[in-house]
Amino acid sequence: MIYLQLLWAFVKIGVLGFGGGYAMLSLIQHEVVDHYAWMTTTEFADMVAISQMTPGPISINMATYVGYTTGGFAGSLLASFALCLPSLIMVYFIMKLISSKKSGALMSNLLKGLKPAIAGLIFAAGLTMMNTQNFVQIGKGENNISIVICVLAFVASYFFKANPILLILLSGAVGFFVY
Amino acid sequence: MYYFCAMKIAWQLFITFFKIGAFTLGGGYAMLSMVEKAVVDQKKWIASDEFWDLIAIVQSLPGVFAVNTALYVGHRIAGKRGALAAMLGAIIPSIVIILLLATIFREYRDLPVVERIFKGIRPCVVALILAPSLRMIKSAKLNWKTVIIPIVTVALIWWLKVSPALVILAAITGSLIYALIINRKAKKKEVEP
Repeated sequence: MIYLQLLWAFVKIGVLGFGGGYAMLSLIQHEVVDHYAWMTTTEFADMVAISQMTPGPISINMATYVGYTTGGFAGSLLASFALCLPSLIMVYFIMKLISSKKSGALMSNLLKGLKPAIAGLIFAAGLTMMNTQNFVQIGKGENNISIVICVLAFVASYFFKANPILLILLSGAVGFFVY
Repeated sequence: MYYFCAMKIAWQLFITFFKIGAFTLGGGYAMLSMVEKAVVDQKKWIASDEFWDLIAIVQSLPGVFAVNTALYVGHRIAGKRGALAAMLGAIIPSIVIILLLATIFREYRDLPVVERIFKGIRPCVVALILAPSLRMIKSAKLNWKTVIIPIVTVALIWWLKVSPALVILAAITGSLIYALIINRKAKKKEVEP
């Protein structure tokens, strides 16, 4: 049963995952945290950090991680494969269409229209993770460090395009010394 | 002889994408230059302009960008066998590394030291998700009408807990209509002058 759920969840994510790894993150979050409740938001945040810091595509990393925690070794293989399955099927059909430039233009216009919605999707995923489990003891005087870390990391990432791995390592160090 | 050659190219594709999957940090776009270097410059399997035409199409497809790149480049070079070999090469390193890390992390997660470190990391992860989404909104060059799209999306998902899958389906429908209109306009322009 768990294998069927993993298969269905990740095939769906593979079909609807437009716009890169972070867009998929919001789909994965919905399935894993809200729908099936396989993980808490804290575990999800930890998984994102680990997937971000390791080489390879972030969504494959997350699929493997989710599959492993829910269905062991077989689950990890199944989830990663399920995520790739729609792409694998599509490649044969698209390669035949590719010769016509028209369909390419249509697809890129489609993506242009999708972009603002995908951006909203990702933003909502971030907001959902901004809760009391991930932000420790908000409002309790000296414990606003979580917010400080978040704001500083945001500024570094948004305005200075700082390396995300470096930011994760730095905030890990802050956590180690502060808590 | 032909069979032997095809197998050899498929194997080389596997190795090429395996290396890229194992050593590229920082996701899809960091990977592209490595793919280009290997496939266009070193192996000369595909011409540079053809490679970038292919990537332009791959970028608009759903699914994992790195996997799609492997599939389309692999298919272009060595057919179905090449596509499968390149895809497996791209994902196997990820699977192996994550399996190892997940096993270790689940073992030591409850240690106070690990918990302290991750307490610091979690708010950073939130920032790392919010920042690219805002950058994306900025690059989409919204006007006062289209700015409603991301706002409605956030409200639906975060506030009303609507499934993001449904939101994407609705957005695809809307975008498809939009793209068809744009296409028709472009065609009219071609005819008129």
